[in-house]
Amino acid sequence: MLTAIRQMANQIRQDIIEMLVPAKSGHPGGSLSAADILAVLYFSVLKIDPQNPQWPDRDRFVLSKGHAAPVLYATLAEKGYFPREELLKLRQTGHFLQGHPDMQKVPGVDMSTGSLGQGISAAAGMALAGKIDKKSYRVYALLGDGELAEGLVWEAAMAAAHYRLDNLVAILDYNGLQIDGKNEEVMTIAPVAAKWQAFGWNVIEVDGHNVEQLLQAFEAAANHQGRPTIIIAKTVKGKGVSFMENQVGWHGSAPNAEQAEAALKELREEQ
Amino acid sequence: MADYILTDQKKVATRDAYGKALVELGKEKPAIVVLDADLSQSTKTVNFAKAYPERFFNMGIAEQNLMGFAAGLAAAGKLPFASTFAVFATGRAFEQIRNSIAYPKLNVKIAATHAGLTVGEDGASHQAIEDLALMRALPNMTVLVPADAEETRQVVRAAAAHSGPVYIRLGRLAVPTLFSTEYTFTLGKANILREGTDVAIIANGLMVSEALKAAAELSSQQVGCTVVNCASLKPLDEETIISVAKTTGAVVTAEEHNIIGGLGSAVAEVLAEKYPVPLRRVGIKDTFGESGRPEELLIKYGLTAQDIVNAVQEVLKLK
Ligand SMILES: Cc1ncc(C[n+]2csc(CCOP(=O)(O)OP(=O)(O)O)c2C)c(N)n1
Ligand SMILES: [Mg+2]
Repeated sequence: MLTAIRQMANQIRQDIIEMLVPAKSGHPGGSLSAADILAVLYFSVLKIDPQNPQWPDRDRFVLSKGHAAPVLYATLAEKGYFPREELLKLRQTGHFLQGHPDMQKVPGVDMSTGSLGQGISAAAGMALAGKIDKKSYRVYALLGDGELAEGLVWEAAMAAAHYRLDNLVAILDYNGLQIDGKNEEVMTIAPVAAKWQAFGWNVIEVDGHNVEQLLQAFEAAANHQGRPTIIIAKTVKGKGVSFMENQVGWHGSAPNAEQAEAALKELREEQ
Repeated sequence: MADYILTDQKKVATRDAYGKALVELGKEKPAIVVLDADLSQSTKTVNFAKAYPERFFNMGIAEQNLMGFAAGLAAAGKLPFASTFAVFATGRAFEQIRNSIAYPKLNVKIAATHAGLTVGEDGASHQAIEDLALMRALPNMTVLVPADAEETRQVVRAAAAHSGPVYIRLGRLAVPTLFSTEYTFTLGKANILREGTDVAIIANGLMVSEALKAAAELSSQQVGCTVVNCASLKPLDEETIISVAKTTGAVVTAEEHNIIGGLGSAVAEVLAEKYPVPLRRVGIKDTFGESGRPEELLIKYGLTAQDIVNAVQEVLKLK
């Protein structure tokens, strides 16, 4: 299973590169850094049914860092929510794959996001609904590290702990970069683990590209009672494409056909 | 005069009527959950909190998160009512309402109290004069401004029955209960309270009561007024607005809101495009409020029956 998930993550990375070329815009860096996390979630952790995206008892996933829409769309397509060919029409006028996730348009998207900080708040609301209705579904939300500067993240963190939402799992894509530079240059977010601990969360730290560690972390989160969990996943922005790795410039610009070919070659060789 | 207009008009704040209506509805609709941001005593959600403690959630002084949680609860099938003061609901949390509620069309009811100058002594920081402008400009948002306790009761029920985001504007001040239970609020419909052929006064919120007083005064001066209660600010009942403009040929609007962006603007937009007639807008003239007794502020800022009478006299000269 580990190998299958690793291969899926690689396939998702290839999809991300391929879909960004015709779109001519979009966010490769933060999409590539989260590919392993989404592969683990969608191909092992989440209880979902692509044939029935609105199944009331499904687990939810909220992409709080909504600009990484390509990694979510690629994963949903690979999971069978819609045909893979659709990915090539990302961001085009009239197409359902919006630049940022739209729950009204895209099957499998549980919350519309794009404005940083808002996804985790809505995810916590969903988790609260699960508690009220005594349902067993769980809610997962992926945060960016730059996103942690948003005050709303901490409002949501405080409330999730207050209401003991142990059915809520946040994952931090801790790639160290945002748009204007490194986190420390733009706004210091360290010490990250201590902050979440202080807010009353169960904190697990993993290598965000290590499938085995991620699986173990999700299992530990599911077994933890009384507190929400955050999995702090150390990642590399642009992971898997050598010339994109740790390059802040690849946050929000799409590769051209030539760059994409080079990227795909690397990814295929790794497969 | 419509026969559902009461002669004995007891004063009740629309926030109190909201608090009562929520408790009533809570029994009928188990999906309702109520969220507040440390103001439940003032917004009157405290009544619901006492009746259904397991369905009431205090979010603390965190209005952005109040809206985010409400969005998530709605996405997972609950029917959330989120309450705080109108300034904080629509101002502090505007973009949460925009991106997490209105854009995804989630079934959240934002019931905001302490709208307008009649907040009184707390002053301008707490007096929302722009909330309707903000909410009206959002696609998918329904905007309701009840005039009294009975209409509030019906508006709350209509909001709960409607699928999609709704903003309900409520006040702190006790205002006359104008309507008996015979009155019917319908979403998207305005109500003609009284008919005359010289001028149409279109009002909502506490200015409906002032409009009726103004119409009574004007009738003694042989000026016949049509009075329209426009509680459904969005969707707006364009048909009724155009029809009263046709029968009277002059319109005055009256609202406890900035004349920019609220009822006056909405009516002006419809008339300018579809049936231009002389128009005067009674409202807050693009200025912040101040501390003071609500009744005194209404006089100081030009929101009384007399101000409506003056506006009618002006608009009649333009006919
Ligand atoms: C509220 C808000 N402000 C600004 C932006 C613009 N923006 C998009 S991505 C981004 C940087 C995000 O950095 P990070 O959270 O670290 O994401 P990642 O590195 O995982 O891509 C910014 C500022 C936004 N989408 N939302
Ligand atoms: Mg980052």
